[in-house]
Amino acid sequence: MDFFQVFIELAQSTVRVSTPLILAALAGLFTERAGVFDIGLEGKMLGAAFAAGCVAYITQSVYMGLLAAIVVSVLLSLVHGYASITQRGSQIVSGVAINFVVAGSTVILGEAWFKQGGRTPALSEDGRFGTIHLPFADALRDVPILGPIYSGLLSGHSPLTYLAFLMVPASWWILYRTRFGLRLRAVGENPGAVDTAGISVIWLRYRAVICCGILCGIAGAYLSLSAGAGFTKGMTAGKGYIALAALIFAKWRPKNILFACLLFGFLDAFAIRYQGFAFPLIGKVPVQLMQALPYILTVILLAGFIGKAIPPKAGGVPYVKER
Amino acid sequence: MSELAIELKGIDKSFGLVHANRNINLKVRKGTIHGIIGENGAGKSTLMSILYGFYQADHGDILINGQKVNIRDPNAAIAAGIGMVHQHFMLVENFTVLENIMLGAEESQILNAGITKARAELKRLEKEYALEVDPDAVIEELPVGIQQRVEILKALYRKADILILDEPTGVLTPAEADHLFRILGQLKDQGKTVLLITHKLREIMAITDEVSVMRRGEMVATRTTSETSVEELAELMVGRRVLLRVEKGEAKPADVKLSVKNLTVRDSRGVTMVDDVSFDLRAGEIVGIAGVAGNGQSELLEAISGIRRAKSGMVLLNGRPVDVTGNADPAELRKCGLAHVPEDRHHVGLVLKFEESENAILGYHDDPKYRKGFTLDIDAIRAEAEEKIAAYDIRPPNPRLKTANFSGGNQQKIVLAREMERNPDVLIIGQPTRGVDVGAIEFIHRRIIEMRDQGKAVLLVSVELDEIRALSDRILVMFAGRVVGERAPDATEGELGLLMAGVEGPKEAAE
Repeated sequence: MDFFQVFIELAQSTVRVSTPLILAALAGLFTERAGVFDIGLEGKMLGAAFAAGCVAYITQSVYMGLLAAIVVSVLLSLVHGYASITQRGSQIVSGVAINFVVAGSTVILGEAWFKQGGRTPALSEDGRFGTIHLPFADALRDVPILGPIYSGLLSGHSPLTYLAFLMVPASWWILYRTRFGLRLRAVGENPGAVDTAGISVIWLRYRAVICCGILCGIAGAYLSLSAGAGFTKGMTAGKGYIALAALIFAKWRPKNILFACLLFGFLDAFAIRYQGFAFPLIGKVPVQLMQALPYILTVILLAGFIGKAIPPKAGGVPYVKER
Repeated sequence: MSELAIELKGIDKSFGLVHANRNINLKVRKGTIHGIIGENGAGKSTLMSILYGFYQADHGDILINGQKVNIRDPNAAIAAGIGMVHQHFMLVENFTVLENIMLGAEESQILNAGITKARAELKRLEKEYALEVDPDAVIEELPVGIQQRVEILKALYRKADILILDEPTGVLTPAEADHLFRILGQLKDQGKTVLLITHKLREIMAITDEVSVMRRGEMVATRTTSETSVEELAELMVGRRVLLRVEKGEAKPADVKLSVKNLTVRDSRGVTMVDDVSFDLRAGEIVGIAGVAGNGQSELLEAISGIRRAKSGMVLLNGRPVDVTGNADPAELRKCGLAHVPEDRHHVGLVLKFEESENAILGYHDDPKYRKGFTLDIDAIRAEAEEKIAAYDIRPPNPRLKTANFSGGNQQKIVLAREMERNPDVLIIGQPTRGVDVGAIEFIHRRIIEMRDQGKAVLLVSVELDEIRALSDRILVMFAGRVVGERAPDATEGELGLLMAGVEGPKEAAE
């Protein structure tokens, strides 16, 4: 039973850690399937987390915080869109620039406004997302096996966590069952086909980028309003990049994204739980190695185990009408 | 005189300094197949792009069915009943046929509702025009001929009455091209109007009712096809008399320069592409290899030139064995007197982003005469490039221009100049005039014959049977990787065609 208990706890923290990864990876899914590569997921999430922290503190309203996060993230997305869609600049450079600008400016603005070393003031309960307790969670707690799974694993998460998991089938539905999704996937493969069909490539890609901004905004809000109680410097800690790795690992497919993020989330949760723990036979594993595991795993899996991950064909290439 | 489907009045379009279309007038009658010919860069594609709303004309009017229309974007063109089949297909390769056809014409926000309807409509179109295609097949798994059919269906699905086809046969095998022409004939019978853009005169003569000729941005003439001739059209296109068949004297074959013995080549999947091929190539003769594309000619050329490793067999160059089954080195082969004009100049023959002078020495860049200390002698390279540009009439005559900015014919001349001017003993040429204008074809053919007359051994591979017959002193026919026959150049087209189709079978193999 002890093992089971450990399993439930690990699973629960996996779900928590995976939440922002899922949201960010889905955000990347929307732009990248539309042919706009986005290395700036990290920066957008960080900017959103900061905006959420500030506004939630000032207004004492978690929803205003969430809204602010989404607005900031969408604005950053539009900057990326303007640079890479309208001005046909390098998508990588634009994304990296966003990451740097946000990493620096959040600290400067935070220090200037709140004088707490780049943090935003700690949020009270009103400024944070509470947890949702599923019905009968308490009553069922003592039922063997099923009880802990229901009450411990499925119940008691942030509303944003439930939203993230719901977004997986929702994204699939949007991409594969709606006109918008069909066009979005088409524009990432062959924008010429979209253009000749009489659809605006530019507007379509902007809409994809906005979808990305919204999801990244929610991911950022989760970090400062749910996982933490306020913004701390560099709090995304590379989650944007892990989400990007998960996206590639998942071959740009929604269902795979869920599993990839859960896997990376699990490795992270495992690394946190077993920091400094002496394993049998191996002994102590340096914490840095544990933290590097998701990346190492991506390289190994991409190199041989999952076959070739074929990115959207027009990805990274600005659309220019043939002349 | 039936009514007009399209009328263009005074269309004018410039891109910066380039005047792509000058005061174009065109009348296309309803229910006809109307050809538009012209050399590369004559402005055909620009004109069609204006008609399809990709660009807006600077001046001029477009009338569709007698009504003046303003075609701002492809949407307006579709609404006016114009459909276009692009030279490079506008298909999403990992989508199904059905998804491609629906794209942009989905009818509702949620796909499911439209899918059933689209499927039914597609069935109806397939029946009406005999264009069978599996709606659930994924595009990238379909042969090009079928992909093109999807493009045509796409246009018909959008209720196009006027169909524009831009160089539709460039990517097709002869059989696929014939099939396409039958489809176009059917479309015409159903009352559709077809605009066919091409630079291949035979196609124009074969299927069009009328033909308009463009030259340097201007519409120079319109003729009724039955009242014109290939010679007249060629002259109109180029602006001077063109010899479609080059004069050549008797061949004087001398010593064997290249000897291929029992060569077998497999491709990366392990399929045998060249199967036990043997032949000799002598100084002072042109041996042509005829065959439908994909019957092993490409692999044969690659193996001889050291690009692809052969499975077994022997190749003797100037009597010396070449390690074709092992580490034959293309650079080494060049030094031994072999020059190679590859079939695919874009992928193998040129680096399109380099300037002309750099491509003019590609592969010979280690020659000491281009060296100055540790660096390349740029002045010497450019001076030599200028000589070649003059000798081969490469236009524009600018050795510093990026190679991508030359037309297909001039790019081909760059490769030919590079390989021929090296004075090789053996010249291997693949598809010398693929995508090349009529005027340049004449020039290239003459150069090849000059090489022969200078006593070079020339091996020619081409999918254009006319070209093989015009140039070769002996013709070898390849089918399914084997040489299935050798014929003299005066063999009839029918006889060669049967061999190319494998009808006479490999029993009658040469020797």
